Amino acid sequence: MQPIRIEEVQAALDKFLGQEVYLHLETTNGAYAAHRFGQPMAVCAYIRNGKVTFERAQVTGSKPYRVGLKMDIGWIYAEGLTDYEIDGQGRLLMAGHDEEGRLAVALQLSRTPWPMSALEEE
Amino acid sequence: MSGVEKTRHLLLVFPHPDDESFGKAGTVLLFTKAGTPATLICGTLGELGRNMGNPPFANRETLPKIRKKELEDACKALGVGDLRLLGLRDKTVEFEDPEYVADRIEEVIREVNPSIIMTYYPKYGVHPDHDALSHATVLAVKRLPKEERPVVWGSVVVRNAEEVVGKPDFVIDVSSVFEEKMAAMKAHKSQYQGLFARMEEQMASSPEARAEVIASLSTERYWVVPIED
Repeated sequence: MQPIRIEEVQAALDKFLGQEVYLHLETTNGAYAAHRFGQPMAVCAYIRNGKVTFERAQVTGSKPYRVGLKMDIGWIYAEGLTDYEIDGQGRLLMAGHDEEGRLAVALQLSRTPWPMSALEEE
Repeated sequence: MSGVEKTRHLLLVFPHPDDESFGKAGTVLLFTKAGTPATLICGTLGELGRNMGNPPFANRETLPKIRKKELEDACKALGVGDLRLLGLRDKTVEFEDPEYVADRIEEVIREVNPSIIMTYYPKYGVHPDHDALSHATVLAVKRLPKEERPVVWGSVVVRNAEEVVGKPDFVIDVSSVFEEKMAAMKAHKSQYQGLFARMEEQMASSPEARAEVIASLSTERYWVVPIED
């Protein structure tokens, strides 16, 4: 992954407009947040393969960045994004990493379902 | 005491790559070096690990492939010759049907006929996947006739271990395999760096601090998990 460049991420987002898209959305402070890192509790929310369609997509902010996707019937939103990658399959991966390189948030878009197991891909 | 001798077969049941090494590699090594054949059931590929490196060397989609390779390297370092991947997904194990997960474990138990199973101690594993897989392991062991049941060695992760479970049944001195233990832990490069950076700093700070860290890594503790019908 590389640091988000706003024009390139915007262009990549626009390619997903108006079609069925498979969404990976995740935010987490880690399963050990309370045990090891002194936070009040572990918090995580996670969607693997939400099938969505959105008509408007916008990246905004200045490191970290925010991305909002506007659907007919609602919104998808992620905050704290720092890095992005368009992988060999044309999937757009965005993530927010803290200063120690730990993932805190991820928003990913694909035209095909995200694999349920890396073993499937072998 | 070391207390580790060759046994018929050692079965390790853990949900994530690195669980078999962090806190346990020394004991596994003592068993395998004594000539014990060992099988590892690894439930997931740690797909939701958070350590991606700085700058990131992995992303959400490449991380499980990296961790699978690290796991294979760790198995080599540990002398674990038989690796079974259940293909479950990180952080979802507790939402599976426990009987289904127990079926998968029972199948391996019946095949390799272990005398000892190492897993987490149910309810005290901190991570929900640890507790779900140890629970399923106990379910699988319960299905065996009493006289055929392996002894289940549980690892307790909660900080107040002795308060909630009592004194450990096995306190294993692993100092004789210290370097090999570190090699197995370091095979999990993607996770080791994030988790042990502070420990490495401490070790570098003074000879006394270094001795303290080495002493704490040289002992591993286990509690026998009661199998109640």
